[in-house]
Amino acid sequence: MSTGFTPLASLAGGMLIGLAAVLLMALHGRILGATGILAGLMRSDDARDRSLRAALLLGMVLAPGLVLLVTGDWPALEVPVPMTALIGGGLLVGIGAGFGGGCTSGHGVCGNARFSRRSITATLSFLIAAFATVHVTRHLIGG
Amino acid sequence: MRLFSALLIGLIFGTGIAVSGMINPAKVLNFFDLAGSWDPSLALVMAGALAVAMPGYRLVLARRAPRFAPEFQLPDTRLIDLRLVAGSALFGIGWGIAGFCPGGALPALGSLRPEALIFVAALTLGLLIARGLKALAARSPQSA
Repeated sequence: MSTGFTPLASLAGGMLIGLAAVLLMALHGRILGATGILAGLMRSDDARDRSLRAALLLGMVLAPGLVLLVTGDWPALEVPVPMTALIGGGLLVGIGAGFGGGCTSGHGVCGNARFSRRSITATLSFLIAAFATVHVTRHLIGG
Repeated sequence: MRLFSALLIGLIFGTGIAVSGMINPAKVLNFFDLAGSWDPSLALVMAGALAVAMPGYRLVLARRAPRFAPEFQLPDTRLIDLRLVAGSALFGIGWGIAGFCPGGALPALGSLRPEALIFVAALTLGLLIARGLKALAARSPQSA
């Protein structure tokens, strides 16, 4: 299934992601990593910390509704893989982000933005793995 | 104000994820499909985010403290080890299989799509498994 090239929307959306990361650091002193926010919600016994994470998550979850309200359409969301891939992929993403200490937002945006060598290494590792995985599933075994 | 600002920040992040296409597994998987239906859009998401976050962080981290907290919480480890590289590689494999990453899937929950819920449930379980394995490794004396 092909998707159209959306340079302006993707650039603008990326800038909003960057803005959110900067605001979270400026106001709350935190890295904006989706994995870290979720993982901390399950670990933290500090009510102040939990409420901050819950508010961030609630804001994220409200976003598609905001897009619907403003544009009249849900944001495009197509899932071209079977449920087994969602479950298996989700498990790997969770285990990998748990050991790798972050994900696309934490390492890929926040870590790279402060030139962390750990994050640059992690980003290269997960990007190469993802390119290789899609090549294998779509061209070598999936055909 | 503290929690309202966090909600707003989450909303800005999620809107960026939705507008940019990161919320859409079809678009994410096409970005990784160089030899097939390649869609280069997501390179611009990363470029846009870094174009704002790099100078933004520089300005913010030059200040003494954040607005609503006593200090900036930055990761203190600088270790580049097998855990970082192999964990991130596993993450990338899962991302390439499912098309969702955590930052894409959490806002996607709000679109009420069951696929997003299934992915986030598996992601949460994976995070708990990693936590359990790390706790086990920390208990055995000879492990790294």
